[in-house]
Amino acid sequence: MASFDTARGDPKMYFNFGNVLVFLVLGLGLAGMMLGLGRLLRPANPLAQKLATYECGELPTGHAWINFNIRFYLIALVFLIFDVELAFMYPVIVVFRDAVLAGHGIAAFAKILLFVGVLAIGLVVVWAKGDLEWVKRLPVEAESDVREAA
Amino acid sequence: MKDLVLSLIAEGGALAGVPFSLAAPLVMVAFGALVVFGFVLPIAGITSWLERRVWARIQSRIGPNRVGPQGFLQWLADGLKNLLKEDIIPSAADKWLFSLAPYLVVVGFIATFAAVPFTSSLIIADLNIGILYITAVTGIVVVGVLMAGWSSNNKWSLLGGIRSAAQIVSYEIPAGLSVFPIVLLTGTLSMQGIIRAQGWAPWDWFFFYNPFTFAAFFVFFVAALAEGNRTPFDIPEAESELVAGFCTEYSGMRYLLFFLEEWGNLYVIGAIVTTLFLGGWQVPAFTDNPMLLAVAQFGTFFLKAYFFVFVAMWVRATLPRVRVDQLMTVCWKYMVPIAIVNMLGTAAWMLFVPETLGRLVQFGMTGLGAVVVVVFFRRVRFHLRRANLKPSDYYYSPII
Repeated sequence: MASFDTARGDPKMYFNFGNVLVFLVLGLGLAGMMLGLGRLLRPANPLAQKLATYECGELPTGHAWINFNIRFYLIALVFLIFDVELAFMYPVIVVFRDAVLAGHGIAAFAKILLFVGVLAIGLVVVWAKGDLEWVKRLPVEAESDVREAA
Repeated sequence: MKDLVLSLIAEGGALAGVPFSLAAPLVMVAFGALVVFGFVLPIAGITSWLERRVWARIQSRIGPNRVGPQGFLQWLADGLKNLLKEDIIPSAADKWLFSLAPYLVVVGFIATFAAVPFTSSLIIADLNIGILYITAVTGIVVVGVLMAGWSSNNKWSLLGGIRSAAQIVSYEIPAGLSVFPIVLLTGTLSMQGIIRAQGWAPWDWFFFYNPFTFAAFFVFFVAALAEGNRTPFDIPEAESELVAGFCTEYSGMRYLLFFLEEWGNLYVIGAIVTTLFLGGWQVPAFTDNPMLLAVAQFGTFFLKAYFFVFVAMWVRATLPRVRVDQLMTVCWKYMVPIAIVNMLGTAAWMLFVPETLGRLVQFGMTGLGAVVVVVFFRRVRFHLRRANLKPSDYYYSPII
């Protein structure tokens, strides 16, 4: 707990996060300055052909705002679960050392093990269900494989 | 840094008489601008030039050598050229998102430098959640990349954008999990706190602390390369299959901003790895002079961090690109389980391994590391000697 207690109510913390704000503004300012400076110097001569979408020199057909593969959605779902796990683990991980020093490390370790264990089971289930496979086979192919094997 | 502000506005300071509420923002902006314009931009630019020279050397080419000594000013020439190039926004694109994407990428990358340490006393903001903050703000870059890919309304860009999103979010898991062993050992998320928990000697680094942190280092570095869209994980911009991936439609300065992020991000990766695993700026206390000590610390940290930038260049010049399915398999079926084992293993190590045994393991692993380095350099010497041929062996001459 010590590492968090020292931070609480510390005016230095606001000062530090003020610096973060300064850096966010500086980042915006840097990109804005580079683009703004360029605006004064560069030519602007738009033509319909120049503004056409690049498709290797051919005339572009249709637009690109189309449905994309469901695999990306599955990966995003799995990621979401594990990322939430990461967020939940941070506080426990930070105080684990203090727990060990205070002598109840075994209990803390058991709790971490329980939490990570549930997620590991989740990973195993996703793995076994084939959702981590990038190359998916059509159900027809999989069936014919079963028939051949039998 | 607050002490610095107080000393400046104190009696006889440069800002004497200015109230704190005015002096503090002034000093913050001044220091921030110094770091961004005096360190981040030159580092990103020089890395771009050095990278091309290193690849050329590895691949027996010459590389840029015309602008300035050894082509050193190439990065300035490139920047100037891109500044003067026409800015094209395709008529089919979503103009707002298309223009916003480079801003997000640059902001996400510049903001990490607020928590990157330089020496024991020089860090812009020693946040109490430093490493978590860095992991979080690098996430803004993903949004920018995905936004660029989607808003371009180009099939190449879309493919690059969604590939990039899938890749970066996947590799965030092993990278995040590999931070945990170190946080378990130190009990703090502050970058300076993590460095202070290590020592200057290699056996006091977390790299050699136990087998689990040793493995965590490799998982973290590979995941960081993948998050930075670096070869062998550069499938989002795979130039031989997707033209330029998510930045196909970008030109001039906007295009350059994406690459500014990529090269600058290499240094961030190096700095994080150095902080977490390699003892950061720790140097032996060889002098009482604080100025000299600060210079030594800065040099140590910079050399360690830049070594990893060099390794990333080396990897890029050597390895071919992986396929999408291989990329996902490596992440979810190998690196995530290994990272989980590393975390649990380190926690168990803290509980069950007595201190003397742990100390012995540290020395043993350092010794093993030294042996590997020696074997590596003997191998390099062997190849150098073997390649040391007479000019007649490699120049074509019709007489011989």
